[in-house]
Amino acid sequence: MELYRLDIRGLHQLIKKREVSCYEVCRAIGERIQSVEDKIGAYNTLLLEQALEHARQIDQQISQGGEVGYLTGIPLAIKDVISTKGVLTSCSSRILGNFVPPYDATVIEKLKAEGMVLLGKTNLDEFAMGSSTENSAFKLTHNPWSLEHIPGGSSGGSAAAVAADEAVAALGSDTGGSIRQPAACCGVVGLKPTYGRVSRYGLVAFASSLDQIGPIAKTVYDAAIILKVISGKDDCDSTSVDRPVPDYIAELEKPLGKLRVGIPKEYFAEGLHPEVKGRVEDALRTIERLGAKVVEVSLPHTEYAIATYYLVATAEASSNLARYDGVRYGYRAQQYETLKEMYVNSRSQGFGPEVKRRIMLGTYALSAGYYDAYYLKALKVRTLLKGDFDAAFKEVELICTPTMPTPPFRLGEKIDDPLEMYLSDIYTVTANLAGLPALSLPCGFADSHLPIGLQIIGPPFEEGRILRLAHAYEQEAGYFRNKPPI
Amino acid sequence: MAITIKEVEYIARLANLEFSPEEKERFTHQLSQIIDYMGKLQELDTEGVEPTSHIIPVSNVFREDRVSPSLPRDEAIRNAPDKGEGFVKVPKFLET
Repeated sequence: MELYRLDIRGLHQLIKKREVSCYEVCRAIGERIQSVEDKIGAYNTLLLEQALEHARQIDQQISQGGEVGYLTGIPLAIKDVISTKGVLTSCSSRILGNFVPPYDATVIEKLKAEGMVLLGKTNLDEFAMGSSTENSAFKLTHNPWSLEHIPGGSSGGSAAAVAADEAVAALGSDTGGSIRQPAACCGVVGLKPTYGRVSRYGLVAFASSLDQIGPIAKTVYDAAIILKVISGKDDCDSTSVDRPVPDYIAELEKPLGKLRVGIPKEYFAEGLHPEVKGRVEDALRTIERLGAKVVEVSLPHTEYAIATYYLVATAEASSNLARYDGVRYGYRAQQYETLKEMYVNSRSQGFGPEVKRRIMLGTYALSAGYYDAYYLKALKVRTLLKGDFDAAFKEVELICTPTMPTPPFRLGEKIDDPLEMYLSDIYTVTANLAGLPALSLPCGFADSHLPIGLQIIGPPFEEGRILRLAHAYEQEAGYFRNKPPI
Repeated sequence: MAITIKEVEYIARLANLEFSPEEKERFTHQLSQIIDYMGKLQELDTEGVEPTSHIIPVSNVFREDRVSPSLPRDEAIRNAPDKGEGFVKVPKFLET
């Protein structure tokens, strides 16, 4: 098999045994990028020369007895919403089109300490707001399985890069499904950790009570490797939780044991595409064969999740994006008479339409006269939604659902109907609102040969349990062997 | 219409945004649709329900009040669109 097709685990074995050099690995992936990137458009910024040089340095260190960890010499792609020191971090927005962070995000520091090689920054929906990566101010990213279809969003670039073997693995961020949904669209594994598991320091904030950084990888094992490295309390993020980080690889390899898996009936109702339902039901049968007991549960407030999410997230976004005013960084308009005009012109020229829409929605929800009916109400419904999961997790250890209600749609299909686009997030927003860990992995294909994802949700800090079931299912079902025809 | 053009103009002022007439029309229509949909939450009785603004039971996360090195000034303002003498420059806004 070509070097660029391998996963972290496979490459690590070869590098550790000195059968292949980090330079060769990096070069192989660089060549792969060069051959498919103009069709996929996953990257905003590519750092191939620097990556090769870094790989060379790592080879030097290894030859002098340096330690070879799981990520030593492994080329990764990073979503362009995570700060990388000295490297453009644009959030796929014109308002940060020239922004070069003076520091690395904590997750980047941790990955660099483990010897990762930075390939580049991947495309996303502007400021992580979107479900198709079509809201990027710079470029369109195409699904490697079918170039006319969306790669999902907002971490579409990262998911497409991993699916197309343009990166061994990647980081994404997830506020309402932005790691899991593109992973499902592109037939790869995506994990959103428990809120507070991974530091948000250096993640450009969208919705501070919902955002999390997580891995997008070719296999569940690879996702576990990355999760272990990036997790942990960070003094720079007061919302990160002081809890020991389990050895997720050891957790994943434990036997499944007695597992009750809940299927929420509200996630299998009207609106679920029959082909998605079919593949997910096949997956559930496989999970039963593996020894788990599948039972029906109820999450009664599910139908209110989208309204709740789009009020909470946009309210937080309107506050977080107030900092983009052309003063200290980012785009500043050329024409203005007053300071206020400088703010207004910089923001109006710098932000794209979806970002503006969400800022407006959030501002409205927080404004005097509407705060109680919209924002405060949403915060109360959030409590009810969390309560649904707390009750369900008394009956079951994990919950399984489809990741998306439909197979990936065509580029351009939903871009003119924002509300319809929002409704497609129905299965993913709940995990963010409740702060729960959740993973998506491939469970088959639609008739159109586009990937379908299965989502596994767990109680807080039970990533190990999720990884265990996901790994067992993945190995049994074998979809990790499928590659897009590109 | 859940929201009027006048309200859109008011919210835009609060958000430091400005729209062209076509954008205003389009946003008024789209925001109305979305806000209408949000009205769904009124179906729920949330009497006595505590709002969740923060999902994990952590509060008052403090650190020692100890000075440690921070970003050098030049690096901190490197991305400023207009700067000089170690300061970020903005248009004058105080009448003296």
